[in-house]
Amino acid sequence: MRKLLTVFAKEFLENLRDRRTLISALCFGPLFGPLLFGAMVSRMLNQSVIESDEPLRLTISGREHAPGLVRFLESRGARLSFAALSESGAREAVRSGTAQVVLILPEEYPSRFAAAAPAPVLLVADSADSQTRKIADRARLLLGAYGNGIAQLRLQARGVNPLLAVPVAVNEIDIATPTGRAVVVLGFMTYFVLFSMLMGGLYLAIDCTAGERERGSLEALLSLPVARGSLVGGKILATSAYMCLSLAINLTAFVLVFRFVPLERLGMSANLGAGTALEFFAICLPFVPLGAALMTFVASFTRSYREAQTYLTAVLLVPTLPIAFASIYSLKTHSSLMFVPSLSQHLLMTSVLKDEPIAVSDLIASAGSSLFLALVLIVLTARLWRRETMLG
Amino acid sequence: MIEATSLRKRFGTIEAVRDASFVARDGEITGLLGPNGAGKSTTLRMLYGVITPDGGSARIDGIDMLGETSAARAHLGVLTHAAGLYNNLTARENIGYFGSLHGIASEDLRERTAELSRSLGMDDFLERRVKGFSQGQRLKVALARALVHDPGNLILDEPTNGLDVMATRGLREMLGELKAQGRCILFSTHVMQEVAALCDRVVIIGRGRVLADGTPRDIRAASGADSLEEAFLRVLGDGEGIC
Repeated sequence: MRKLLTVFAKEFLENLRDRRTLISALCFGPLFGPLLFGAMVSRMLNQSVIESDEPLRLTISGREHAPGLVRFLESRGARLSFAALSESGAREAVRSGTAQVVLILPEEYPSRFAAAAPAPVLLVADSADSQTRKIADRARLLLGAYGNGIAQLRLQARGVNPLLAVPVAVNEIDIATPTGRAVVVLGFMTYFVLFSMLMGGLYLAIDCTAGERERGSLEALLSLPVARGSLVGGKILATSAYMCLSLAINLTAFVLVFRFVPLERLGMSANLGAGTALEFFAICLPFVPLGAALMTFVASFTRSYREAQTYLTAVLLVPTLPIAFASIYSLKTHSSLMFVPSLSQHLLMTSVLKDEPIAVSDLIASAGSSLFLALVLIVLTARLWRRETMLG
Repeated sequence: MIEATSLRKRFGTIEAVRDASFVARDGEITGLLGPNGAGKSTTLRMLYGVITPDGGSARIDGIDMLGETSAARAHLGVLTHAAGLYNNLTARENIGYFGSLHGIASEDLRERTAELSRSLGMDDFLERRVKGFSQGQRLKVALARALVHDPGNLILDEPTNGLDVMATRGLREMLGELKAQGRCILFSTHVMQEVAALCDRVVIIGRGRVLADGTPRDIRAASGADSLEEAFLRVLGDGEGIC
């Protein structure tokens, strides 16, 4: 045990002095997620604010054919500009961006309107552009409202109760809580948490195995009177320690970022304070030795730093697979899923975000299965290290 | 004392070592001489216990490396083919790491490191990080690391490979001192001059077999050659014939 701690202390110290390890493990890895997240949410926030505050901008061709409609649009706050455009001219204007959305009021509009036949209008927009699509949607809504108003007036003029034309009245009740809505946005935050945790241990796992071999220090190390289990144990422990550090930095950064991103203005509330961060840490902790053992195990097969990097990048993706699977099939939290490492952590963290109650048995299943797998991998790695082929 | 008795090792279809028996005595420098691929490294690796022999035994001071690995290792210092230091640790930390893994208490370790630093002339760079050390400095650190537990026996695998003239000369002097302290030193090489300059005994190994074993003078006499190099080639030529 003392030798295991010696190995741990040496690996911890040595990597603390390695700039490459430090930058990737304690800077890029843990900070990438929160920063990207903050930037994304801020942008979403700006956009939604712009959309609701900004007036609808429409280019209208043929205003003289439908003065009533134009007045209605203006009364609803639309900023109109006028031009004389043919259909092809309107297409060109939208394509080139000189106009975002063009509404063409054709010559036959007044006669059709007067005859109470459907009067045609032409809305020209580019639905592949998310910006103009939204403008077109708003224009369509306004046109619909104008049509409804006219229809009711016509029915009334003919002595018919306009309500007859409204057979169904739709009322929506949205039960999404502000927190629940935020979970949609925060859905892949759990992925970042697991990812940054693994990143924290990545270089250590490589340095302790392939790095040791590449430097030529492995053989000398193996010639010492130390049980291979202690060597492997110390190395995995050091990798775990870096993963914990990375995880802690990552969660702290998330808490700070969400303090500055006003999610409430998006109609969301993020249940992400120091308390939640601590719960996240506790949920992820059993996954740490599993990730460390997995990376050390895989890296032990490789001959060089480069080779190890290649394989471990693939390993980084492994824990994301169950999460991706879960979101594609929108799996709900279920006790049997608690035996799948990484997925169970993802589901538990999501529950915490949603402020849902968590069963103790789920916690035990999640931690137990992760720790059990970790133990299996540690034993396998120690066995691998006992083989002569380790020398390379 | 280091004893190899009928050591055998096969890797797949290749018989790396067929039957290696020899003894390296205390207070002597024994050179394991042979061409590349003769089985020198494999033999040494079996002696310091990172490879398990298919047959035969390796003993350090009479302790079986296979049966009592830890006890045997406590009597043995090893300088592997690549010195392999940890660049981000200081010289002292490099030595201390191996010392701790040998189970030496920190106070004894401090004393022992000071002693090694004095005798190897490392005081100037003991507290510096190994990154950027010269070959000579690296060799000293590696040697100190191998000697940290004060072993009676020392195995070096091609220690002069890649060393410049100054470092090689320094190593020779250090080995001479270690021999004078009564230690048993066994090293492998394919450089003839080293053997002539350093060794009390020579074990010539070819194609996994011991082909000659004795003092340089004995080997020259037995083969009827004027120089050790000539003797080496003749012994080896016989070896090729046997195979």
